[in-house]
Amino acid sequence: MDYEFFEHKADQGIRGFGNTMEEAFENGAIALFEIMCDTSKVEPKKRVAIHVSAASLETLFVEWLNALLAESDVEGMLFSRFKVEIKKEGDKYTLTGSAAGEELDGDKHYVKTEAKAATYSGLKSGEKDGKKFFQCVIDV
Amino acid sequence: MKFVEKEKFVWEVPKEGDMLVPARVYADETIANHLKAELTGEWSALRQLVNVASLPGIQKAAIAMSDVHPGYGFPIGGVAAFDVDDGVITMAGIGFDVNCGVRTIRTPLKKEDVEKKKEELAQKLFEHIPAGLGSTGKLKLDENQIDEVLIKGSEYVIEQGYGLPEDLEYTEEKGRIKGADPSNVSHKAKKRQYKQVGTLGSGNHYLEVQYVEEVFDEKAAKVYGLEEGQVVVSLHCGSRALGHQVGTDYLQVLEEASKKYGIPVKERELVSAPFQSPEGQKYFSAVNAAINCAFANRQVLNHLARESFNDVFGLAHEEMPLLYDIAHNTCKLEEHEGKKLIVHRKGSTRAFGPGRKEIPKAYRSIGQPVLIGGTMGTHSYILHGTEFGMKEAFGSACHGAGRRMSRAKAKREWWGESIQKKLLSQGIVVKGHSRAGLAEEAPGAYKDVDRVVNIMHDVGLARKVVKLKPMVCIKG
Repeated sequence: MDYEFFEHKADQGIRGFGNTMEEAFENGAIALFEIMCDTSKVEPKKRVAIHVSAASLETLFVEWLNALLAESDVEGMLFSRFKVEIKKEGDKYTLTGSAAGEELDGDKHYVKTEAKAATYSGLKSGEKDGKKFFQCVIDV
Repeated sequence: MKFVEKEKFVWEVPKEGDMLVPARVYADETIANHLKAELTGEWSALRQLVNVASLPGIQKAAIAMSDVHPGYGFPIGGVAAFDVDDGVITMAGIGFDVNCGVRTIRTPLKKEDVEKKKEELAQKLFEHIPAGLGSTGKLKLDENQIDEVLIKGSEYVIEQGYGLPEDLEYTEEKGRIKGADPSNVSHKAKKRQYKQVGTLGSGNHYLEVQYVEEVFDEKAAKVYGLEEGQVVVSLHCGSRALGHQVGTDYLQVLEEASKKYGIPVKERELVSAPFQSPEGQKYFSAVNAAINCAFANRQVLNHLARESFNDVFGLAHEEMPLLYDIAHNTCKLEEHEGKKLIVHRKGSTRAFGPGRKEIPKAYRSIGQPVLIGGTMGTHSYILHGTEFGMKEAFGSACHGAGRRMSRAKAKREWWGESIQKKLLSQGIVVKGHSRAGLAEEAPGAYKDVDRVVNIMHDVGLARKVVKLKPMVCIKG
């Protein structure tokens, strides 16, 4: 899996890698849902659309993750597959994407901890071993 | 950076550079040394506190309690008070779980009564209290009803049958803080909350059945209606998804506001707006709405706990009066020494001393109960607020044990099932919805709560009344 966790005293940092920034965003989303469940058990039965924008790519990453958390609550779903397209429009970045998953089932999905929000803490992007990465701390 | 012990357990970074006031930490040498060591790393609570000390309008000192650890731009265990006219409101000083707090309910039962039916009670509570990821509450609300929750807090859910009218007297702000404006809370935030009122959540949130193991102050214990061996129920949770979304929404708003009003952002999350600005006022009204949401949430859980005890012990709801409900993630308008201030407490409990009109009449002679949650399997404490604490720390104290180990590390060192077994051997029945969650919350992942509380007591910010020992613990 192309993501990793890093340590933060009270909470959990996540880092998504990819050959493109879109892939890094998608893998970051998998890391987010790995805090909450075993994503390998979540079948992509239903897909929801996500649309967010932000002034920078880094804050767009946080917006993306928070939009996923909100959808997860509202729809009562967990997600395991993600698609992201990022464009620059004027002085803003916009993300058009989607998340696929299914209704939350505590036993089937081996649920873990709830994630409250993606934060600006530890928010960073860069390159490591030839891959792009985006990271931030998740308040759990 | 100079960090010196001014008096026993009182450490300060004197005012220097951009700081408008000193940064003060209530700590013993071990905690102070830990804070110093942290300065070289990426996450430093002391650096965060020094940054807070430079925010416009800050009064007296940026303060951190003995449970201090790094937060998001503002340390957990932190207190900062600002002038209402010249000061700021900062998102970092409130966090994503607005009005996370603790509620303690008295019972007429003794330890022995519960001991006999401990397993049955644990099972009942586990089934009856919605907890863990994806759990939904008994109340299913639409947007209009959510607006009522945001305006009326506990009052609304009591009207719906979830509690007793007298519970309001024993809730901070009587369960309904003024100044909540639901129109400043996003549709998304409300929608996330439709099914979450009356849910415990997960992470460090819990419901515990505890007994009074030790009484330190007979007089105060009597005022609070507590005696040795008596059983109480404590629950720890906050405003759920609505509060998280309010935080998320206003992080962007306040980031823009910091730029607009030229407030230096020293750490990315330490964003703020002048309190009197349109952005500041909007955020404040949304925070008040989320505060009410959390009061309502804990009120419903209180009712469910009473129902469980009624089932197992046949107790009437009136036999389980609310001792107190107290917030530890808030910013509130308060008057201190004749001055109107906006007081932020992030992981810090309000601890008002005797005589304050904000606290229930029954407690006014000795000060409000200060409910300090331990961690799974460790002690909790009830202290009382003091006159000294009013002068020194805007009537505030610590809120819990404070983490000392990351969740990932805790998970590596412990596993949920072994913790359950270990605690059972100590007489504590733990029921959790997630084994990984249990491991993350292992007692060893936290600072020693006894030490944290003793610092508060010795300094005099709050004084120990009773020590509680858990018997049953329900985790998300």
